[in-house]
Amino acid sequence: MNDATTPERLAADSTGPDVPPAPAVLRVRGLTKRFGDMTAVDRLDLDVRPGECFGLLGPNGAGKSTTLKLVLGLATPDAGRIELLGHPVPAQARQARMRAGVVPQHDALDPDFTAAENLLVFGRYFGLPERTLRSRVEPLLEWAALSAKRNAKISELSGGMKRRLTLARALINDPEVLFLDEPTTGLDPQARHLIWERLRQLIARGKTIVLTTHFMDEAERLCDRLMIVDHGRAVTQGAPGELTAREIEPHVLEVHGDDARAWHDQAALRVCERLEWVGETAFGYCRDPRAAIETLAAYPRLRYLHRPANLEDVFLKLTGRDLRD
Amino acid sequence: MSATLPTLPSPAPLAGPTLPRPSLRFLPVYRRNLLVWRKLALPSVMANVADPLITLVAFGYGLGALLPMVGGVRYIEFLAAGALCMSAMMSASFEALYSAFSRMHVQRTWESIMNAPLSLDDVLVAEWLWAATKSLMAAVAIVLVVMALGISRAPTLVLVIPVAVLTGLCFSALGLCFNALAKGYDFFSYYFTLVLTPMVFVSGVYYPQDALPAWLKALAQWLPLSAAVELARPLVLGEWPARVVVPVLVLLAYTGAGFMLARTLTRRRFRA
Repeated sequence: MNDATTPERLAADSTGPDVPPAPAVLRVRGLTKRFGDMTAVDRLDLDVRPGECFGLLGPNGAGKSTTLKLVLGLATPDAGRIELLGHPVPAQARQARMRAGVVPQHDALDPDFTAAENLLVFGRYFGLPERTLRSRVEPLLEWAALSAKRNAKISELSGGMKRRLTLARALINDPEVLFLDEPTTGLDPQARHLIWERLRQLIARGKTIVLTTHFMDEAERLCDRLMIVDHGRAVTQGAPGELTAREIEPHVLEVHGDDARAWHDQAALRVCERLEWVGETAFGYCRDPRAAIETLAAYPRLRYLHRPANLEDVFLKLTGRDLRD
Repeated sequence: MSATLPTLPSPAPLAGPTLPRPSLRFLPVYRRNLLVWRKLALPSVMANVADPLITLVAFGYGLGALLPMVGGVRYIEFLAAGALCMSAMMSASFEALYSAFSRMHVQRTWESIMNAPLSLDDVLVAEWLWAATKSLMAAVAIVLVVMALGISRAPTLVLVIPVAVLTGLCFSALGLCFNALAKGYDFFSYYFTLVLTPMVFVSGVYYPQDALPAWLKALAQWLPLSAAVELARPLVLGEWPARVVVPVLVLLAYTGAGFMLARTLTRRRFRA
């Protein structure tokens, strides 16, 4: 969609040169939340700057969703301080949420209403004047490519449409910051790309975005900075490229086939800085890929893939390969 | 003269049971439920009218023809107040259990609402008042049926409406307690079968409580439905209730305690 059809109100506000640098949108210090014996969030610190897209990455059960709930004031922390848009949370969570938008993991759209009514009814929860509200519904539907589905029931919408409607719903109060909990989980590639496209538009218009995901490609594409969390703790944080550069060797060889074990045992350690054997595949992480590839020639019954290291390698290195379900 | 004052510890963060602060923020949530109801209003109103009509015709006229005077009046006149209170109880209970559970658990509507600047208290107050509104609708329907059938046209009939609303508020609050505990819809069968149905039979809905053993009658008088019937029956017959304060206080006590318990249980459920 081009700019002409984008709602005007989504445009970034004209911040003049005389305006001092904006304070952090979100500041969290020592955040801790326990459920019985389980510590879901463990002394977490994080800062989100205005206008950036910040990603919270972690395996299932790492504490991502709990962190979002705490930050929005929907759960009470056991320790720590939270400041969202200048408001202490949970004490002033209501004021903070007035200026925030949320896309929950489950769309939780209202099945008793049409697409347009969902936006209208939700906007009333913010106490917006009816006229303002009504003037926002159509542009938002259009922005979400749902104008034709204005009067459709929720059950008639596809997964991607529902997610877009949830995104539009989260924008009804024209929020400064948008929280998205796994925004593209369960969507097909076309639907994911459309969501990413819309999120990029929002970032370009000056919105701050905080998202959780366990899709590395999503984080790499969208996030200016990200934090990897595991067992409620921050494992590392930084820009995606910076993390790959800092945490892991730049080249990866994925080697499998009949000779893979032999290569792993005999040759790999001489040429790879780090080596992993997973199932039937050897993962070699190295700085000099040519030396490593030369050793492969001695093992004819091999298949291999040489690729640059990515965020997923960092993620797996830091959080391990154990299943989390 | 001491130069320094001891530093006072900063006040502890709010914890434990606190009272919800009254506000009108629940209104958009209440309005949401009203809007959904409006889409399905026709079958809902029909049920409101048809249910009591069938009860009154089947039991009042059918059974009543076989019975002598009950409590000094024709059976259908006796039954009218009971049917009204029972209907107020049932409409609030159904709304606070099945419908509220759908919104809370199945559709996750409550969670969405709390992502907006509304709190669990706002949602609970809205659900509580909305379920009581269903009692109001049911009561109005029955009063119209009672008047149309000529069972009673006493001016005091108007006053059974506030009785029904109070009954609705009471059972709405009690229903929300069980809603907070439910894992699924099946759980509500226990409440209807083991709590509400027995309560109907000991609260003087179908027959006077004098028919009960003395000990059961003494106990049953403290049940909220019993209190509602005690207020409504004379009003239907054009009389003023012998006791007003006690039954009203009984209903208010269940309402207040029920709502506070519902609030505690729901907060626990949401780990808020």
